[in-house]
Amino acid sequence: MTNIRTEPVTINLGPQHPSTHGVFRLRVTFDGEEIIDVEPVFGYLHRGTEKLAESRNYVQIVTLTDRMDYVASMSNNLAYVRTVEKLANIEVPERAQYIRVISAELQRIASHLMATGFLLNDLGALATPLIYCFRERERILDLFEMLCGARITLSYMRPGGVFQDAPREFWESLATVIGDLPNYLDELETLITSNEIVLARTRGVGLLSDAQAIDASVSGPNLRASGVKWDLRKADPYEIYDRIKFNTPIGSLGDTFDRYYVRLLEMRESVRIISQCVEQIEEGPIRTNTPFFVRPPKGEAYCSVEGPKGELGFYMVSDGSIAPYRCKVRAPSFLNLTPLRDMLKGWKMGDLIIILGSIDIVLGEVDR
Amino acid sequence: MTRFLDGEALAKAIEERTPGSVIKRSESGIWVKPVKILDVCRILKDPSGLDFSYLTSITAIDYVEHFELIYHLLSMRNNYGAVVKTLCPGRNEPSLPSVTGVWQGADLQEREIWDLMGIKFEGHPNLKRILLWEGFDGHPLRKDYLDIQ
Repeated sequence: MTNIRTEPVTINLGPQHPSTHGVFRLRVTFDGEEIIDVEPVFGYLHRGTEKLAESRNYVQIVTLTDRMDYVASMSNNLAYVRTVEKLANIEVPERAQYIRVISAELQRIASHLMATGFLLNDLGALATPLIYCFRERERILDLFEMLCGARITLSYMRPGGVFQDAPREFWESLATVIGDLPNYLDELETLITSNEIVLARTRGVGLLSDAQAIDASVSGPNLRASGVKWDLRKADPYEIYDRIKFNTPIGSLGDTFDRYYVRLLEMRESVRIISQCVEQIEEGPIRTNTPFFVRPPKGEAYCSVEGPKGELGFYMVSDGSIAPYRCKVRAPSFLNLTPLRDMLKGWKMGDLIIILGSIDIVLGEVDR
Repeated sequence: MTRFLDGEALAKAIEERTPGSVIKRSESGIWVKPVKILDVCRILKDPSGLDFSYLTSITAIDYVEHFELIYHLLSMRNNYGAVVKTLCPGRNEPSLPSVTGVWQGADLQEREIWDLMGIKFEGHPNLKRILLWEGFDGHPLRKDYLDIQ
């Protein structure tokens, strides 16, 4: 029996596979049940965002950024408008900065809830935990609807501020939502964090060492789960983050469980950030008077923010006209896939699904 | 606050080990010779030197007469960044040395630049199209792409 030889088998996972979270394809080579090689195939959702941006004006591009990481539009908007502001030297009123931080942090919670829900879905806890997470996410989407009328593709921010002030009902509903969230997160933790099956499936699975995470340009919760204390909100504070007190949770092993747990702790920190913003925010203008056709002077600027998936950056070059000469996106989901091959080798099919789920990719951003 | 090292400090560290690589230095970064980019990146990554352990991004821009490549580097330990630029002349088969051997993070980014801009990276282990399919005609992020079609 010991001398049975197995032929390596290559199978396709995706692009129409529910566990790839979109149209992502993996060519996986198995030796028996063990993964010996992985080749990710991208591009099924490529829409040429960077090329399209070259023929649109600076305000129109805001709508393109919504469609990259479509579960975190606010963070995309923020990264983009900050780059335009840096390029064109536009000042942003303080109230607008607070509103932007509040909406970006709400978006982080919504995105992490989705990541957590789908991770459990991938683990085989079909639909129930996902619906629990979606229930809370729904309340955040309702808040966004009050802000700008949209729920997913928000286009709420503009170079120079936000396009309208938050209505009075928003603040009341926000207080209720962030009041309820800690209890909800406790509930989620009692269901997941100490669950024996979850621990058996995730502890020690899909290890990513800190050295490799840095080498492979991994960012965001994935990098912090590997034990690297690096958060752009702390390391290079933008907007009003320097006035806010919050912690940067890090993991110890860099396994699938750490990636889940860092996200859960980050949601708690986001709640803290939002409550402090609500206390500090004052009345005032929400947008500086910028012309509809922004014409930045010739030059270039790189600006990045800590999005829910990682460091989301824009590199923009202006030639003085109403459209950028070049608009490059540093997409965190795309770069977080760099070490995928090394993370998957040696694991089995069932582990592949949860390791991929724990990286938390959004294909709109991977393929752009 | 992440501060960006100015060109003088970067050029000093590089010129000590590979003289003649830096063409131009400014407050925001340095310009290096295209053939020297791999050596320069190795020197900048050296943990005992400036320790740029993290490659934030690689950007390619088509200026029609030449391509410009911009490497954004970061040192997490010291919390400072660097901008290294290089020129890549020629529209037919422009090529540069690959830095995948220095940072694994360059792997997908260089494939993306090859796919969309058509710059070859010598020494890349798997330089295939990434967002478009094999057999696609042309490189769409080039400025003359629509004229050709």
